[in-house]
Amino acid sequence: MSVRRLAEEQPASFEFTPENKAWLEAQIAKYPDGRQASMVVPALWQAQKQNDYWLPQKAIEKVADTLGMPYIRVLEIATFYTMFNLEPVGKFYVQLCGTTPCMLRGSDELIAVLERRVGPQRHVSADGLFSWLEVECLGACCNAPMVQINDDYYEDLTAENFEKLLDDLAAGRPVKIGSQTGRVSSEPEGALTSLTSFYGDGAKAQAE
Amino acid sequence: MLADKDRIFTNLYGIGDKSLAGARSRGAWDNTKALLELGRDKIIQEMKDSGLRGRGGAGFSTGLKWSFMPKTPDPLRPSYLVINADESEPGTCKDREIMRNDPQTLIEGALIASFAMGAHASYIYVRGEFIAERIALQKAIDEAYDAKLIGKDNIHGYPFDLYVHHGAGAYICGEETALIESLEGKKGMPRLKPPFPANVGLYGCPTTVNNVESIAVAPTILRRGASWFAGIGKPNNTGTKLFSISGHVNKPCNVEEAMSIPFRELIDRHCGGVRGGSDNLLAVIPGGSSVRLVPADQIIDCPMDFDSLVKLGSGLGTAAVIVMDKSTDIIRAIARISYFYKHESCGQCTPCREGTGWMWRVVTRMAEGRAHKREIDMLFDVSKQIEGHTICALGDAAAWPIQGLINHFRGEIEKRIDRYAANPHPDPVRVAAE
Repeated sequence: MSVRRLAEEQPASFEFTPENKAWLEAQIAKYPDGRQASMVVPALWQAQKQNDYWLPQKAIEKVADTLGMPYIRVLEIATFYTMFNLEPVGKFYVQLCGTTPCMLRGSDELIAVLERRVGPQRHVSADGLFSWLEVECLGACCNAPMVQINDDYYEDLTAENFEKLLDDLAAGRPVKIGSQTGRVSSEPEGALTSLTSFYGDGAKAQAE
Repeated sequence: MLADKDRIFTNLYGIGDKSLAGARSRGAWDNTKALLELGRDKIIQEMKDSGLRGRGGAGFSTGLKWSFMPKTPDPLRPSYLVINADESEPGTCKDREIMRNDPQTLIEGALIASFAMGAHASYIYVRGEFIAERIALQKAIDEAYDAKLIGKDNIHGYPFDLYVHHGAGAYICGEETALIESLEGKKGMPRLKPPFPANVGLYGCPTTVNNVESIAVAPTILRRGASWFAGIGKPNNTGTKLFSISGHVNKPCNVEEAMSIPFRELIDRHCGGVRGGSDNLLAVIPGGSSVRLVPADQIIDCPMDFDSLVKLGSGLGTAAVIVMDKSTDIIRAIARISYFYKHESCGQCTPCREGTGWMWRVVTRMAEGRAHKREIDMLFDVSKQIEGHTICALGDAAAWPIQGLINHFRGEIEKRIDRYAANPHPDPVRVAAE
């Protein structure tokens, strides 16, 4: 369990944008009548995305009102699920996987990069660009070590290509999502060892 | 070695066309109506005969699980199929590739499985972090709707709706009843069983929860016949399996291989061998972080399947093979897994809520050697008091890695305690963030 509390400084109000309101109403139709509470996690997620990736108290209450749930039930959800950020994060919110498969492949080096460039965890850098958190297994273990920055996975990292990735993000340059070493997904590096009758050695796909 | 013609996931790496048209060119949705015309009982019998054991970790017979669903529909309590895509077990990253690269196998499987269980609606619960994956999956589902392969009025004549739902970062929601709670809009805390989900599941209705891979292999099994699938691997451990190999191998990868492939062959053929050669192997966690580790000499020629690994006191789990070479600080590696379970315990049962944190603190001290040797037995004893005394298996999963460490590397712990005792220092114990 992790102890999670709401931020001390809170905005005075929260309102869904018209697009998000329409999205919410369309999504509720996925669940049987009277079961709109099922939408609570996706609704909180949408609220968080709208609010610069963190969830203020007013947004939690807004979701509760929208879905007809008591505030405490939604507050429970927001504090239970760790993807809900209860305090502001940097423009680029780096979630670094530090669980054993990534640790074995060198996530310690990435932690050192973040500590030097950004500072301690849960701390937004002075320029507002970065904050970071060590999280538990993100499920990309064959491409370890890896981080998630906002919505996207960046894989096969080393201290060098991670520094470059952060430089590019900070400077607003385009970056490549996924593997930073040219792998398509989780195939073995270099020539394929299976599915060769379909794709040969796969070199063409990796070059693209 | 498994031949390409026997591989089910022919676009596992996303090199081929990911669209519906691409999937159809590889054989998906080929006369699915004929499969449904086999009828419920025949489909379930084929699944049983194929020997498919659930791919989510527990290894329970998929066909048998399907057979538990009520045969006569109750209009007030419709049946549901819920597909568990909350892939969070450390080391496991196979379902991600199915969802983003070969999603039609899953969608077709969902239709067939739902038909076999009399369900007209199915939810796929994707872990919250898999944002790109859930977008890819939704796109594939939209394509299937547009082609009238699924939907209320589809060409197969069986009304069926498929929805994508997502979580928000809770490992425990991979436990089937916690997943159901989460899908209902509650905290993901496991339910007491019985009643089992097949009687009282989602919204109080009959529900079956299956892993992504278990569902995605079903169409091919039915198309090629139970005997084809049962002919791969060993008795009681049949079929093909996605292995996720991570850690200290030269080329970590996901690969579909025959069940019961020996560890050495799996690693040498697909991963370029252990880093530094097979003599450099220290230990392997063969089934995701929840199973006990196996030392090098025992694993090296072991067939990778459920029964062989149970004999070694471990398990196949999700077939997430975490390889560790001799440079590994094995105590720290297990301490990090302990931290994972401490972080992910839902807090419902006292032995797990308190025990996971206690074990993590002790094993973290042991990683530095700042412990007494008598504490090793105490740690083992406490892990035994957590195991089996909680509502769900997370308590067991937290205990087993510790037990594996003590069983196989007690000498290493003692050595480190001696080393610290010879040179004690007052620095605070290094721990991960609370």
